Amino acid sequence: MSETRPESDVAGGPSAAITTTEGAPPPPAHWRTGLKEGSTVWTVVLAVLGVVAIGGSVVFLLNAFGVLNIQLDRTTWPTWLVGATSTGGKLLLMVFAVILFVAVMTIVLLAADRAKRVSNRVVAAAFLGPAAIMLGLGLLYPAVRTIRESFFDRQSENFIGWDNYVTIFTQSGFQLVLRNTLIWVILVPIVATFIGLAYAVLVDRTRFESVAKGLIFLPMAISLVGASIIWKFVYEFRPDQEGVNQIGLANQFLVWLGFDPYQFIITSPWNTIFLIVVLIWIQTGFAMTILSAAIKNIPDDIIEAARLDGLSGFRMFRYITIPSIRPALVVVLVAITMTTLKAFDIIYTMTGGQFETSVVANEFYFQSFRQGNFGVGATLAVFLFVAVIPVVIYQVRQLRLAEEIR
Amino acid sequence: MTTTGGPTVPPPQPGRLTTTTAPRKLTKAELRAAEAKTKLTSPWASSIAIVIAILWTIPTFGVLLSSIRPQASIQSSGWWTWFTNPEFTLDNYDQVLFGTGTAFSTFFINSVTIALPSVLIPVTLALLAAYAFAWIEFRGRDLLFVAVFSLQIVPLQIALIPLLQEYVNWGLAGSFWTVWISHSIFALPLAIFLLHNFMKDIPPSLIEAARVDGAGHVKIFFRVLLPLLVPAIAAFGIFQFLWIWNDLLVALTMAGGTPNVAPLTVRLAELSGSRGADWHLLTAGALVAIIVPLIVFLSLQRFFVRGMLSGSVKG
Repeated sequence: MSETRPESDVAGGPSAAITTTEGAPPPPAHWRTGLKEGSTVWTVVLAVLGVVAIGGSVVFLLNAFGVLNIQLDRTTWPTWLVGATSTGGKLLLMVFAVILFVAVMTIVLLAADRAKRVSNRVVAAAFLGPAAIMLGLGLLYPAVRTIRESFFDRQSENFIGWDNYVTIFTQSGFQLVLRNTLIWVILVPIVATFIGLAYAVLVDRTRFESVAKGLIFLPMAISLVGASIIWKFVYEFRPDQEGVNQIGLANQFLVWLGFDPYQFIITSPWNTIFLIVVLIWIQTGFAMTILSAAIKNIPDDIIEAARLDGLSGFRMFRYITIPSIRPALVVVLVAITMTTLKAFDIIYTMTGGQFETSVVANEFYFQSFRQGNFGVGATLAVFLFVAVIPVVIYQVRQLRLAEEIR
Repeated sequence: MTTTGGPTVPPPQPGRLTTTTAPRKLTKAELRAAEAKTKLTSPWASSIAIVIAILWTIPTFGVLLSSIRPQASIQSSGWWTWFTNPEFTLDNYDQVLFGTGTAFSTFFINSVTIALPSVLIPVTLALLAAYAFAWIEFRGRDLLFVAVFSLQIVPLQIALIPLLQEYVNWGLAGSFWTVWISHSIFALPLAIFLLHNFMKDIPPSLIEAARVDGAGHVKIFFRVLLPLLVPAIAAFGIFQFLWIWNDLLVALTMAGGTPNVAPLTVRLAELSGSRGADWHLLTAGALVAIIVPLIVFLSLQRFFVRGMLSGSVKG
């Protein structure tokens, strides 16, 4: 692969000029512009950019770990930059941010392109650098920090070992949170995948397939907050009195059927199930789309062969469809599981974590920002992280298996 | 659909591959059409499908219908009574958008201001990084790629509080910058991974040819790869936009206390908690928040579905 390249590592060296004179066919017009000598100015710019990036990151980290003590506040920055209040001010700030970003990236790339004797390493650094810095300082460092905090007390002052972990596994309030999380993580992926699969099979190759799929798919565009409000309206409860009408559809159904209206959102423990319905409502469309595509990908000759062998209906589904779409099923189940683990919006919007409905993702927010208990909040975040790992390992192994069979 | 498999085959075109052996049993389209007939005859199957479709549509429909009913009617009777007693008003929207207590118009602007840079920045950075991983050879590339790949599983909760502390430290807390930067960071691992998959699909001969022509990496990226990747960029861009517009957690953490930055979702969640009974505001508000992603989604659904499929099935 690498032999065909004109240069091994140096993208604009003197040897480029030599090859042009040797080549029998005339070189393309833009040959020279591509492999030009490079300019000193851009080399300097590139070096400066590198120093700024590395230096800035080092200062950031030193400050974060308390070696330096830089503390800025809002007044350091001009008001239009951090405190835009008018519509025009906000939109202008947005345009400014975009232009700033484009300008910085243009300079970085131009420098990487025009500088003298840039090795692949430097070009790669220019391409990767911005993303790497953001990930390193914005995700990796904070993650390490949070893991550390989980071993400290509520104000992150004293080291307390595994106490926070003991707390979340032994205190009854947290056990309830873990129990709820488990119910969510089991029910949402299975039910959403099941309904999605059933629906995909049912509407497959019918005349109104695209409309039918669109209806199920639509909730995916709705925010979890919006969906929560939509369902809160469905569950809305009005006391059963003379002259009071139900305005929520679910309770109206109960009344029509002759039952008393029911406090869907408040009555524990079943309220958790009714909140779960909301996420299932959203995730089914995702499951259906991917599974439907997988079903359509099953080669026709397999289906035909099975049909000749006398398979049809449910047996066809069980012995041909399911094994054929197994990789897609794994992907869907895993993806929904990971979404469910982190689901926070529904509970925050519908109950605020009250009425024994809290889950880990919600409790994390509540402990960190309402209770000011950073230690336990960090521990819950770490729990989320650790809980995801086995799911991912399962997915990777399953997909490897599928690849081997192929 | 059926026009493609007609019996009158056009004169053989040179170079065009005619893979199907001449009189095949049935074309795919015909098979499917034949099957569709048998499918529809099962009354159970269609009724289950219809029940699911209704269950999935009715909740949204109820909110939509309620939002155009007068406040008094919403609070005293169910939306289904609209069919016997039709009423129409836009007062709810007026109040929710411009009312002093709600001012969704402000939050709408905030949502827009948050969304555009939060899509543009991570997509651009991820494209560059994905290019480096796919087409620039350097030592430690695979190791670095695995590292970025595994960052995908880090839940954003774990980074939230230290990140917030840093924003406070640098005097940025409560500004748009915090939300832009946070969204960009959190989007990067998945974006790099997905776009890398697309990049790898491009035939190496194209890159090789451009290289022989003397193009550097920057030129190859802009002239060769970018035009080919437009569908992938559109797919991920839509995905990222929906994610940003619908996000609650990041916005709440970074801008929850700042009405001049907080997006619609934050306001809506707040309204849901504090004014649980104000259904005339909540229904209209929910629709104001939903309408933009819905339009984006419906008009660009094709891209979105394609992107979702290639991203998840390839793994």
